[in-house]
Amino acid sequence: MEPHLFLAADADGASSRTLTITLFLIFVAITLGITIWASRQTKTATDYYAGGRSFSGFQNGMAIGGDYMSAASFLGIAGLIALYGYDGFLYSIGFLVAWLVALLLVAEFLRNAGRYTMADVLAFRMRQRPVRTAASVSTIVVSIFYLIAQMVGAGALVSLLLGIKPGTTFLGMDADTAKIATIILVGALMIVYVVVGGMKGTTYVQIVKAFLLMTGALVMTLLVLAHYKFNLSSLLGDAAAQSGKGAAFLEPGLRYGVETAGDAAKTFYSKMDLLSLGIALVLGTAGLPHILTRFYTVPTSKIARKSVLWAIGIIGTFYLFTLALGFGAAALVGGKAITAQDKAGNTAAPQLAQALGIDYLGGDTGGAVLLAIIAAVAFATILAVVAGLTLASSSSLAHDFYASVVKRGQASERDEVRVARIAAFVIGAIAIVLSIFAQSLNVAFLVALAFAVAASGNLPAIIYSLFWKRFNTSGALWAIYGGLISAVFLVFFSPVVSGAPTAMFPDSDWHWFPLNNPGIISIPIGFLFGWIGTVISKETDADKYAELEVRSLTGFGAH
Amino acid sequence: MTTETTPTEKYLEVQASDEFAALRRKLRNFVFPMTVAFFLWYALYVLLSAYARGFMSVKLIGNINVALLLGLLQFVSTFVIAWYYSRFAAKEIDPIADKIRDELTVGAATRSAARTDDATETGPEVAK
Repeated sequence: MEPHLFLAADADGASSRTLTITLFLIFVAITLGITIWASRQTKTATDYYAGGRSFSGFQNGMAIGGDYMSAASFLGIAGLIALYGYDGFLYSIGFLVAWLVALLLVAEFLRNAGRYTMADVLAFRMRQRPVRTAASVSTIVVSIFYLIAQMVGAGALVSLLLGIKPGTTFLGMDADTAKIATIILVGALMIVYVVVGGMKGTTYVQIVKAFLLMTGALVMTLLVLAHYKFNLSSLLGDAAAQSGKGAAFLEPGLRYGVETAGDAAKTFYSKMDLLSLGIALVLGTAGLPHILTRFYTVPTSKIARKSVLWAIGIIGTFYLFTLALGFGAAALVGGKAITAQDKAGNTAAPQLAQALGIDYLGGDTGGAVLLAIIAAVAFATILAVVAGLTLASSSSLAHDFYASVVKRGQASERDEVRVARIAAFVIGAIAIVLSIFAQSLNVAFLVALAFAVAASGNLPAIIYSLFWKRFNTSGALWAIYGGLISAVFLVFFSPVVSGAPTAMFPDSDWHWFPLNNPGIISIPIGFLFGWIGTVISKETDADKYAELEVRSLTGFGAH
Repeated sequence: MTTETTPTEKYLEVQASDEFAALRRKLRNFVFPMTVAFFLWYALYVLLSAYARGFMSVKLIGNINVALLLGLLQFVSTFVIAWYYSRFAAKEIDPIADKIRDELTVGAATRSAARTDDATETGPEVAK
């Protein structure tokens, strides 16, 4: 069939836009209601940080899915597959396989040994103040990278709903200004949400969101497959044909590892970029602070394990749907219509929903309804992830930095929660400002940067902490700061920030690092520095390691 | 001082016990090789995507090519490893871990009457 060469903005009829926006707002109101209800149950610090540790394996599995399947998974991957075909699927695979690192090496030990934050384990047998400070810095940096992606996704999404697109005006503002206003407004709303809800509120939001996202993606997948009579091959064939790139659309190499004839260096760097991305994706998950704190919301390590298994099932199933969403958008919406709305493809999935609604649910109204539903689902997706991230980073600032470092363990719980709430505002504001510059980047790509930073700054220290007896304070600081600083430094001098048309500062050029993702350099640096830092210091604490090892393996003394 | 062991001595004692050594060995002998295995399998997939374009583009059934099949196999392997690990842990790890923890809990309960808990609010706490 012919691709729908129109956009939400053109399909208006003010009535269908009003319908879309109304349905969308109703949904947002419902989730807010749940959060406020749950917030009434938040009384102690354990409630705020760890949701009272009362969730079941399935509930927490859903919540992990909710925390993990971000704008990157839904909007970002669908967009990348829709625009570049097979290469987008690499994200789905990396994001999923990464869970094995979390399952086998991290989840249960962390649950047993820690209490509220990632730093509980990192600082277990180290000098508290420097290690907690480092962990707090790293948590905040990773969360901000991740938040930027979510805000960009939210901006793209709400712009689509409101009919804002390049070259149009909205309420007298040009499209760029309107988009910036959207990001600020949506970002602010999300932060309020977290500050009110705490962990218990956000956990329920995650569960509701995971359910909605799975359902929404399933319905779209079924509609796409039904369109092709459940023949995956003909879906792929049509997507390839519509893309104008033929069979190459179904093979690796359109976006990553691009082979430029006659330019060996460019080809080499492009392939390195692919490897770098691959490594960052698979090693990032187990270093993500907002995912790690999820393991604290269950009572025991066995339930933590069970919740990871549920999460792998839910997330894996969802990533299979991304194939249908991405290739479906390529075939039924078309790359041209997608890039006309959003250069980076971030709106492919909701645009696909609209096209499917028009074809299967009775014309323009059906399109408006399905668009509203899927947009609301995507919005809830982003909201939930923003909540999880803001919470993890503000918790770390309050618990690791304020209570342990500034107040030396003398802060009251009330004080700590108050600081966490203020921190949530500040971190959220920083992310909002930065995301304004990152609008032309794909959100899955942006999240992959957060993964690279997490894998470089956090993962080496976590692995060494849990398994290496000799590891010490100096090693932890070298690992965290070495990995973190090298990752951020390389991103700053990469084409992501300057010197490329999609860069944050497209008109300047100070880049010299050729790769878009720093993982292949910065992750080994994290591990190497951790080792160097450890061996140059004489400090070891065999007693505390005995305690950590016994507790992490047996669950004795777990909070 | 009484003749009772302090919590730290108790941890060192447990850590040095044969039972705990067996727990650690079993766990590490499973998770480390398994991590290496799935990582290499994933790395193979990424390397093929980068350097074996011809092979990846071979069509198998209709438009379904080797690249897509290998990608889907990554899903299958992830599901299988997760399932296999959970079965292994429930059968081989949990019983030993539970036994050691129960022994420690009983010991700690008798000790706790004799000492005051000086743990700070935020520091790693001594076992309660």
